[in-house]
Amino acid sequence: MSEQQIKNFTLNFGPQHPAAHGVLRLVLEMDGEVIDRADPHIGLLHRGTEKLIEHKTYMQAVPYFDRLDYVAPQNQEHAFAIAVEKLAGMEVPPRGQHIRVIFAELGRILNHIFNICAYAMDVGAMTPMLWGFEEREKLMEFCERVCGARLHMAYFRPGGVAMDMPDGLAEDIMDWAEQFPKMIEDLEGLLTENRIFKQRTVDIGIITTEQAMDWGFSGPNLRASGVAWDLRKSQPYDGYDKYDFDIPIAKHGDCYDRYLVRIYEMYESLKIVKQAIEKLPPGPVACDDHKFAPPSRGDMKHSMEALIHHFKLYTEGYHVPAGETYSVVEAPKGEFGVFLVSDGSNKPYRCKIRAPGFAHLQALDMLSSGHMLADVVANIGSLDIVFGEIDR
Amino acid sequence: MADAQPHTQNLSDLGETIASQLGDVITSTEIINDELVLHAERSAIVKVLTFLRDDVNCQFKLLMELCGVDYPEREDRFEVVYCLLSMTQNHRVKVKVAANESSPVPSATSVFSSAGWWEREAWDLFGIYFADHPDLRRILSDYGFEGHPLRKDFPLTGYVEIRYDDEQKRVVYEPVKLTQEFRNFDFLSPWEGVQQMLPGDEKAEEQEEAAAEKGGDA
Repeated sequence: MSEQQIKNFTLNFGPQHPAAHGVLRLVLEMDGEVIDRADPHIGLLHRGTEKLIEHKTYMQAVPYFDRLDYVAPQNQEHAFAIAVEKLAGMEVPPRGQHIRVIFAELGRILNHIFNICAYAMDVGAMTPMLWGFEEREKLMEFCERVCGARLHMAYFRPGGVAMDMPDGLAEDIMDWAEQFPKMIEDLEGLLTENRIFKQRTVDIGIITTEQAMDWGFSGPNLRASGVAWDLRKSQPYDGYDKYDFDIPIAKHGDCYDRYLVRIYEMYESLKIVKQAIEKLPPGPVACDDHKFAPPSRGDMKHSMEALIHHFKLYTEGYHVPAGETYSVVEAPKGEFGVFLVSDGSNKPYRCKIRAPGFAHLQALDMLSSGHMLADVVANIGSLDIVFGEIDR
Repeated sequence: MADAQPHTQNLSDLGETIASQLGDVITSTEIINDELVLHAERSAIVKVLTFLRDDVNCQFKLLMELCGVDYPEREDRFEVVYCLLSMTQNHRVKVKVAANESSPVPSATSVFSSAGWWEREAWDLFGIYFADHPDLRRILSDYGFEGHPLRKDFPLTGYVEIRYDDEQKRVVYEPVKLTQEFRNFDFLSPWEGVQQMLPGDEKAEEQEEAAAEKGGDA
């Protein structure tokens, strides 16, 4: 037989593929069914968030953060709130901090349920998706009760939270936290020892500790590669150092380990939620400096000054002293950072958003080359990619 | 906040150590909001980052962020900010270099693989050129996009808008048409003093000047 020239095959994956978790366009160079090179094309969901924020006051910028990682919106707001508080020198009262911790952890659970279930569906398990969304709905009801919006909460404001929790919500969250471990166990029953699930994920997409650091990984993806690093422990904010919880880590850095870390993080988040509700102190929920936080409705009926403050805050907004900060929170997907430069006016001069998914997706080429086509789907799912935050 | 002071002290010590070991390539160090900032020479950025990554006292093994900032009034209008994290020391440091449209910044991809996409992003959004980058393409904006949207002189509305044209059966690009004027309120508060001239009030200033001259003569 004569020698034949074999050409690599280029495959376009997405942008409307259900396993692409949004609008990922992946150009795959295939050698048979093995991947030579994966070139992610991102930006199909680019909305110019950073540019828009430069033209909005600090308070108007908050809802843009919900629309980044729309699976766990409150955690993004948290980073922005902390950045502004640092520049303006606001102090969040204890009750405000506790409420933020409760909802940040609920956001983490929201995210992990979504990721695990969507990921399971990517590799062939249908049931978790159906079960998980019922649980997410319960959590989103809590969000709705506390601020009126199921998804885009705009609840964590610089200086505290928008309003206090309604009566009875803390008890209902506590009741839910009592029964939720049963749900995680059910989920684990479906997946953890599932033969098909393990065949699709164990030893797929291994990231070593060195690689994870080189590629700027953070969050569960980093901890699955054996690094015990969690910003809630190492650089605590909003009183996270007062809670008793553990950081689950795993050693192999494969897709299965990333799944396991997320499962165990949900148990730890529940611990934090319970402790925060038990310790929930009375008092104000936002800082009492009305140059930054709006006065209450009641005050506005009596006090002229409160009315002026309200008017000024919702037209001009507040001026933040000139300076810059890179503030981070441990978002469910990893380190979510806001690099905020202020020039002393009422609008941010520059607001760079550090999305964890951006760094994770970048490593997809390194992760996938040499794997089969079907493993790319498992890799994308296990990295926890959401395009709202990557494309900004 | 009780331990804020020693933390700042540690950081400024660290900054001094780094500056003394690296010599001239660090032009200055400062502490802004309890965060250490190093200003470095553009040409030596790879050396600085390699030192910060490998030195025993630093061990900034993760590049968490790389971004551009635009200051049009400066001579070198762009600032490239590298945010590094050291897990062993539990420190963060920002390294800044200045650049302009025509001066390339050496790419950091040889030191940190994660720099690749962030440099593409800075190129896309600001037009900062990174020398020796293996794959410097646009990343966030549309295929065939022109201009660098995050520059301060780029309008918020952009220059073109797209729509699906049913007759041509494809997406067409058209110049932006705004149905209402673009509103950008100047909130410079009258409570804190007007800094701008009121339009149409130029005569008042002339009169004042004339009055001042008269007073000077007398």
